[in-house]
Amino acid sequence: MTEFFDPLAWLILLPLFWASGAFLLGPTRGARLAIVGVAAQLWLAIDLAVKVGDGGTAIRHAVGGWGAPLGIDLIADGLAAAMLLLTHMVALPLLLYARGYFAADASVARYFWPLSGFLLAGLNALFLAADLFNLYVTLEIVGLAAVGLVAAGGNATQIAAGLRYLFATLIGSGMYLLGVALIYGAYGTVSIATLTPLINASAASAVWIAAALMLLGLMLKTALFPFHYWLPPAHGGAPAPVSALLSALVVKASFYLILRLWLGPFAPLTGTIAWLPALLGSAAILWGSWQAIRAVRLKMLVAYSTIAQLGYLFLIFPLLGPDGLALQAGGMQVVAHGLAKAAMFAAAGAMIHVTGRDAVADVAGVASRMPVSLFAFALAGVTLMGLPPSGGFLAKWLLIDAALTQGQWWLVAVIIAGGLLAAIYVFRVLRQAFLVPAQGERRHLSHRAPPLLEWTAFTLAAASVLLGLRGVDLLRLLAVGSGP
Amino acid sequence: MTSNEILPLAVMASSLLPGLIIFTLPESRIRWRTALNLLGALAKLLLVGLLLAGVAAGEEYGFRYAVLPGIDLAFKADALALLFVTLSALLWLFTTLYAIGYLERSPHRSRFFGFFSLCVTATMGIAMAGNLFTFFVFYELLTLTTFPLVVHRGTDKAMQGGTVYLAYTLGGGALLLTGIVWLHSLLGQIEFTHGGVLAALADAPTWQLQAIFLLLIAGVGVKAAIVPLHGWLPQAMVAPAPVSALLHAVAVVKAGAFGIIRIVYEVYGIEFAQSLDLLTPLAVMATVTILWGSFRALFQDDLKRRLAFSTISQISYIVLGVALFGPLGTVGGLVHLVHQGLMKITLFFCAGNFAETLGIHKVSEMDGAGRRMPLTTLAFSIGALGMMGAPLTAGAVSKAWLIDGATAAGMDWAVWVLWTSSLLNAAYFLPILWRAWLRPLPAAFPNERTAARGWRETAWLLLIPPLVTAGAVLAAGMFSDIAWSPLAWAQLIAQREYLQGMP
Repeated sequence: MTEFFDPLAWLILLPLFWASGAFLLGPTRGARLAIVGVAAQLWLAIDLAVKVGDGGTAIRHAVGGWGAPLGIDLIADGLAAAMLLLTHMVALPLLLYARGYFAADASVARYFWPLSGFLLAGLNALFLAADLFNLYVTLEIVGLAAVGLVAAGGNATQIAAGLRYLFATLIGSGMYLLGVALIYGAYGTVSIATLTPLINASAASAVWIAAALMLLGLMLKTALFPFHYWLPPAHGGAPAPVSALLSALVVKASFYLILRLWLGPFAPLTGTIAWLPALLGSAAILWGSWQAIRAVRLKMLVAYSTIAQLGYLFLIFPLLGPDGLALQAGGMQVVAHGLAKAAMFAAAGAMIHVTGRDAVADVAGVASRMPVSLFAFALAGVTLMGLPPSGGFLAKWLLIDAALTQGQWWLVAVIIAGGLLAAIYVFRVLRQAFLVPAQGERRHLSHRAPPLLEWTAFTLAAASVLLGLRGVDLLRLLAVGSGP
Repeated sequence: MTSNEILPLAVMASSLLPGLIIFTLPESRIRWRTALNLLGALAKLLLVGLLLAGVAAGEEYGFRYAVLPGIDLAFKADALALLFVTLSALLWLFTTLYAIGYLERSPHRSRFFGFFSLCVTATMGIAMAGNLFTFFVFYELLTLTTFPLVVHRGTDKAMQGGTVYLAYTLGGGALLLTGIVWLHSLLGQIEFTHGGVLAALADAPTWQLQAIFLLLIAGVGVKAAIVPLHGWLPQAMVAPAPVSALLHAVAVVKAGAFGIIRIVYEVYGIEFAQSLDLLTPLAVMATVTILWGSFRALFQDDLKRRLAFSTISQISYIVLGVALFGPLGTVGGLVHLVHQGLMKITLFFCAGNFAETLGIHKVSEMDGAGRRMPLTTLAFSIGALGMMGAPLTAGAVSKAWLIDGATAAGMDWAVWVLWTSSLLNAAYFLPILWRAWLRPLPAAFPNERTAARGWRETAWLLLIPPLVTAGAVLAAGMFSDIAWSPLAWAQLIAQREYLQGMP
């Protein structure tokens, strides 16, 4: 199937086109081009999700007519289609947001548009790739584009954060590549579909080492506790639209890969150690929430909240079972958190934009000047706390259900505690913004947020809450072609 | 969609839509806001009237749609739901009128009325929830929408009260969620059904069902302010008077009590609950709460705090009625849900009037208030006498049915509890009435203001709602045996929900 308008290929090509175009045209026209491009991609992603969901089978595309083992295969199953949909549902509002955010700051914007194009191309290719080596390539594209975006601000802290991020991501992908090499040495192939039946529990020790290297490398890139050290400065220090893209999408990409490997080729190897990611995930929830409660800067609070929320994703591994509850919970959490965290960073960015300061204490009295941003923050907070009727609530419900079905009481306790801790840090901000009057000279600050910033944040937040009313559609899509 | 599906949704939309629009209105659009509020409240009453007529005639109203595979958001307007819906819709109208008068010229009114409407929407959702999942969704929404109201004034004390409120209610929500998901993993979706559904789990270990019951009751018990989960209620007194009225009579504590009713009758089933030995501990908890609340109320000098402890005590009358194994007790508990609402809202309206007009916040400042504000004090007296169970008031009707229920169930100790509580009620309400009516006027009230509009006593909008609700307290007491009285409706529910399964 190599028709010209195959959405799979165009989802990767389009962002490359507009990224190059934006580089040549400069920030003003580049921004317009990028937004048109992402809008087209969103349409493609919706189209793909509908096709996959209705058809009930994965869609394949052999690049240039050459399929595996010689050429490159692209596969879109339910999970991939859902990730693509999430990516563009988050990216379009964020690019619109970025246009308003960078309006005054052309130097950063020069790099933002091309790099975000490469980032999206890398992400789309990663979600669709069908062999381990292509996954490595896409992982590097995503990692390098992300580092570039963090450092593009150009001030000293951003560059330091970018460097730290660069080391983490290079180590992570290096470990992954080493693993791929070992796998290739053992089996002579890197195609996931071919490898899956070959690997079993009596595999050679090189395969075990390869699996360990690859999974650890990816966990480092997903910022799983205790490998999270690089995330808060990178996500907390970058410009708001970049933070939102990174927290909502980029960390999810490496998680997606872990999930693919765990359910696919490495399934026979992972049975006995499934409790380990869950243990680290629990620690991430508690530690991340605690740090968010203590954070002084608003964006650091949101960044630490990401670490906590990523922890939930790793709780699913010991619960993956034939009932599919845990997998559904994971998918729901990825989407709900992606939307909510993008909204939260966007709202936080808008507040910082207006107040000119970034401490949690400085949002005092912001509510009366920018109620829409505050409501966006609050709605995103509802999702993060896992309160109904949000997507986060459905994720939490499914996760607790899965844990109870398997008698894992300690996980239930962690999930419940995580929700309550999230309430503490979310309400910390809301209280400050709604109820504490602005201090002294700031009271006269009449600066208003551009409506574009406020309403894009609100749209994302509303989407994360409304997801809670239509969870059944997402789960139907996720079920296509899933299962070990 | 048929009209039987649309009607329950319309009842919720009649407060949701005005609420959402009010959020977008600028602060200065007072007329628009008032019009929207009243239009919503009146539309809701009209729709509820249609529902009442339909349900009395045996129609079934409901709506459901799938949120997750095997989990529906389900609404069901049955007789029990309508008891709560009607109470809330009616009191919402008067509380809105009162709030418009109370908050005149204060800041952030759009925010206030927006959340106020959302809060009532959540209450409607709780009342009409058709399964535990839906109940939980709206139960948590109620927490989220009442929090901004509790902290509305933004003072340090308000923040502190709000934080305590949030800690209790979110903690309770977590327990409730655990219990609900646990049940769900055992039995699938838990629909509210006459006679309960858990009898199907008779083979499951008893301790498991008891533990789930504990989780569920603790979860809703936080909002119902059952001792020892009551700590937030006196703290939440810092909220403006209309919010207190809302917390105590219209929405929050009622939602907790209503949850207990649903869980005992329609999840566990009263007979199955009895067979698991769950009702006696529940009755004991209710008893402790009744006595402890009344006892603490004796020593509160702050008027609103005294009323708060009184609420703690009175809400557990409902719980006690539920826990008494017998239809008479059920009727007593159900009818008290309505009667307590009418009486307590009257008392809070009046307390708000005393505070607004005369600056009176403490019982010890009440001297002579009756001479200065006779109508308000009259309404207050009717509410207080009702709480004591004086003849001709609504309180007497609930108490009579509860006592009959206790006797019929052979729980004579419960009769003594009710009498003791009445005595304690008299001991903390009569001194207030004595001060207000019989003590001479003081040289000056703490902070006297004369209303710009209205009669000499206070503004019309503050005066009329308590008079109407006080009238309702008397009417519910004197005409309890006519059709459409709360008592008649409670009997209808008991007949449908309870006696069906009995021989």
